[in-house]
Amino acid sequence: MTRAKAKTQRLVLLSLAVGAVLVAVFLGMSAMSSQASLFYAPGDVQKMGLPLDRAVRIGGMVKTGSLERLPDGVTIKFIVHDETTSTIPVRFTGIVPNLFREGSGMVAEGRFEPDGTFVATEILAKHDENYMTPQLAGQNMHKSESLE
Amino acid sequence: MIAEAGLAALWFAAALSLLQMGLGWAAVRPGNDNLLRLVRPLAVAQGLLAGISFLALIWLFLETDLSVKLVVANSHSDKPWLYKFAGAWGNHEGSMLLWVTVLAVAGGAVALLERKLRKDTLIGTLAAQATISLGFYAFLLFASNPFERSPVIPIDGQGLNPLLQDPGLAFHPPTLYFGYVGISVAFSFAVGALVTRDVGRDFAQAMRPWVLGAWIFLTLGITAGSYWAYYELGWGGWWFWDPVENASLMPWLAATALLHSVTVLATRDALRAWTVMLAVVAFSMSMIGTFLVRSGILTSVHAFAVDPQRGSFILMLLCLYIGGALALFALRVSTVREGAPFRVVSREGSLVLNNLLLTIILCLVMLGTLYPLLTEAFGTKISVGPPWFNTVSAPFALLLVIFMGMGPLLKWRKDDGNKLLKRVAVPLLLGAATALLIVIVAPDVHLLPMLGLAVAVPVALMSLMPLVGRNLRRTPLIIWGMVAAHFGIAMSLAGMASESAFSKEVLVSARPGQVSEIGPFTVRFDGAEPVAGQNWTAIAGRMTVRRGEGEEFVMLPEARMFSDPVTATSEAAIETHWDGQLYTVIGEPDGQGAWQLRLWWKPAVTLIWFGGSLVAIGGLLALLGRVMRRRSARKSVTDEAEGVPGREALA
Amino acid sequence: MKLLIIASILLVVVLVGGFAALRRLYPDSKAVAWLAESKTRPILFVPLALFLLIGGFAAYKLSNPGDTFIRSRLIGKELPAFTLPEALPNRLPVRRADFGRGEPRMINIFASWCVPCIAEAPQLMELARRGIPIDAVAIRDRPEDIARFLGQWGDPYRNIGADRDASLQLAIGSSGVPETYIVDGGGIIRYQHIGAINPSDMTRLTEEFEKARR
Repeated sequence: MTRAKAKTQRLVLLSLAVGAVLVAVFLGMSAMSSQASLFYAPGDVQKMGLPLDRAVRIGGMVKTGSLERLPDGVTIKFIVHDETTSTIPVRFTGIVPNLFREGSGMVAEGRFEPDGTFVATEILAKHDENYMTPQLAGQNMHKSESLE
Repeated sequence: MIAEAGLAALWFAAALSLLQMGLGWAAVRPGNDNLLRLVRPLAVAQGLLAGISFLALIWLFLETDLSVKLVVANSHSDKPWLYKFAGAWGNHEGSMLLWVTVLAVAGGAVALLERKLRKDTLIGTLAAQATISLGFYAFLLFASNPFERSPVIPIDGQGLNPLLQDPGLAFHPPTLYFGYVGISVAFSFAVGALVTRDVGRDFAQAMRPWVLGAWIFLTLGITAGSYWAYYELGWGGWWFWDPVENASLMPWLAATALLHSVTVLATRDALRAWTVMLAVVAFSMSMIGTFLVRSGILTSVHAFAVDPQRGSFILMLLCLYIGGALALFALRVSTVREGAPFRVVSREGSLVLNNLLLTIILCLVMLGTLYPLLTEAFGTKISVGPPWFNTVSAPFALLLVIFMGMGPLLKWRKDDGNKLLKRVAVPLLLGAATALLIVIVAPDVHLLPMLGLAVAVPVALMSLMPLVGRNLRRTPLIIWGMVAAHFGIAMSLAGMASESAFSKEVLVSARPGQVSEIGPFTVRFDGAEPVAGQNWTAIAGRMTVRRGEGEEFVMLPEARMFSDPVTATSEAAIETHWDGQLYTVIGEPDGQGAWQLRLWWKPAVTLIWFGGSLVAIGGLLALLGRVMRRRSARKSVTDEAEGVPGREALA
Repeated sequence: MKLLIIASILLVVVLVGGFAALRRLYPDSKAVAWLAESKTRPILFVPLALFLLIGGFAAYKLSNPGDTFIRSRLIGKELPAFTLPEALPNRLPVRRADFGRGEPRMINIFASWCVPCIAEAPQLMELARRGIPIDAVAIRDRPEDIARFLGQWGDPYRNIGADRDASLQLAIGSSGVPETYIVDGGGIIRYQHIGAINPSDMTRLTEEFEKARR
């Protein structure tokens, strides 16, 4: 192959590669709007309204005394609150993480129902009970440093 | 005494790295190897000193020396010895010491073992490695000293996070770190070669075993970490796209790409600039990962000390090293000669495609990991989870696996596309048949798992095809390694797809005596009983399980309470069969005699980690093959690369 | 934010442009020649620019860790007037009259539902052991929960007031729980500690307390 030809080949390859990466990243960005979940605290729901069309995450404190178990034995209901006066009723079927208890912080993933109930598909456990997501820390209480 | 000795060793190592860096950069010039005799022993001594310092820390933990702050905060005299041992790196300071120790030991190993690299480039490499080490020594000594004494001596330590008290996790971080930090060698090679303008076949052949070594550890570490998360966290999942997991996946993706591009450079002298770029990127990903994890700027379920000061220290180092290397790349790479040309349908072409797809996946994972950071700067809080990662990365990953099966069947330089299609026609038809079968038999399986299986089956076959028509006894180890690794990937993919396609899940509130059905099993809950261990107590749910008409066996998932520190964890009970795993977790009592039980039947799930291990074994075989070939090449006078074309080329 | 992006782009432009200028100005310089033995192409700077962009975002995030740390505007000002009911039947409530009597005091804002409050409990106990008077303000809490919390994690407090609607908390400019204030002998707020008191914060707090004494 001549030198000029080799150069053209490199150029074509390079532009193809850069193009492919850009297209992939663009696709990823556009998928963000439908696949990534926004984070809501109880106060945000009041401010911004119910996001009914998509999966979201909520975070806050489990209100003391609000936890109740439904007759099927595996579904629980509880109320999440934060510094504001708003609350979110949550329903979840499954085994909660070990660190989940009344009065503690929690993050859940799921969807809102039209009546404002949040149906959690997953309650996120944390590896360390001193740990709080920075989002939660920012909204409800101060960042807690790990004790390690 | 031990603590002071460890600290002293660390200071000495830092001083040596300063010397090594100074001498190295002063001497490095194309064609000049004057100071190599000085720099080499310096690097070895620095590695030894760092090792001694780390051993001192382990010693302190084994003894539970409560005059040392770190031991107090992370250990307890009641702990089983294995976890005292592992406690040494189960915390920020200790793990950073391990980090820098691996860095120094890797540098020492290069100084001791590397004979193939041009000597002037080796000086540059060791200087670069010392530069990196020096920064992290400074970080340890000034911002996170692991040997700090505590002013008052408490009666006992505060204990280690119980989740970390697990044999798997005890050895997972060191393995991961060997890979994670070991890849720094590639970075230093690249910097050295950029300075001396030595990017070529010899450089690539010298670098390849080091990349391979780090990559093996990285693969093992990720596989082990995934299995740990699977059985220890009790959620039944094996990959969560958590920032901490992504931080180990990104270097792996880059290192895998590097491993393949360095082969092109070593055999065909093409992809010069790209290989150098990848070498820089791979270790940069490790450093960025460390930064993300340590600074706590991303939301992660893994807890680490959230400390902006430490974060900015690492960020500074990061900008210095990555920025410096990228600037050097931008300024110098155009002086690197152009490599050899090739056709699109050829081994090189397929490897370029592999690199392109890996790069795309890497970019996507990085985008997903950093996206919350970007949006938060604009005021929107967002979390990017598994749905996004799975959707965007799976298509490219599947494509990558398909080409992985075909690539090794192509010849170097140029090949005939039609011939290739004829060779892979049977596997491809088999894949289509698999897809059809799944659609007919199990129509409710989602698209991605179905495609996953439809790809895994033919690719497993294709990956064995390079062995067809060979004398198996005389097939070089390197070929065996490649076949094993590629087969392992297909196997792992099959496990992932099968797990998400066919998993069954049952959630019940069971009273003693109650029977539940899950997949092919009948599970009878016999009741909950208390159990005690050395530093925990637990409630264990006793279940008698029977598969079809087979023998009964007992499973005992536990809900554990650890005493120091007080923490609850759930220990899943897992029963492994040849075709999958039964995974059971016990939840909470309802207060009226019933307990929550969660049961999963996960067909073929073990393939994920068997596959992962096979990939690592494949890497090991290839590494062995390389080392042995290098030895025999040193003995024989003939040039290994020129003498037998095609032999080297096959790897 | 936009500023940051512009700054990064500018930085790259300046770097590239500066380098080009250097080559024009000092064509004989050895160092410049070493850096570029042939022409450099702008596209090669793309990775560097991308990295700097990410680094910029990270630096921004590090320097502004959310809206978590909002300093009270009342530092250096007098403690406002307030009346709080007692939080526990057998304990006195926090009273404004206790402050500004010549001796500095600490106010700890806490709640039984707050996890970091558990983390800082041993440090508060230690401060109390050193003879520092600490008053507590329990935010949106119930007597039985407070009693349970103190029984479990220790009780370092002199007086405890119940701030059911977080009015005092807002009045003294606290944005979250836990927080700790130091009020000097003249009733002036001298220091605000935001977040849990970690063992590493002890020296700072004791020093600030000693400063408030003077």
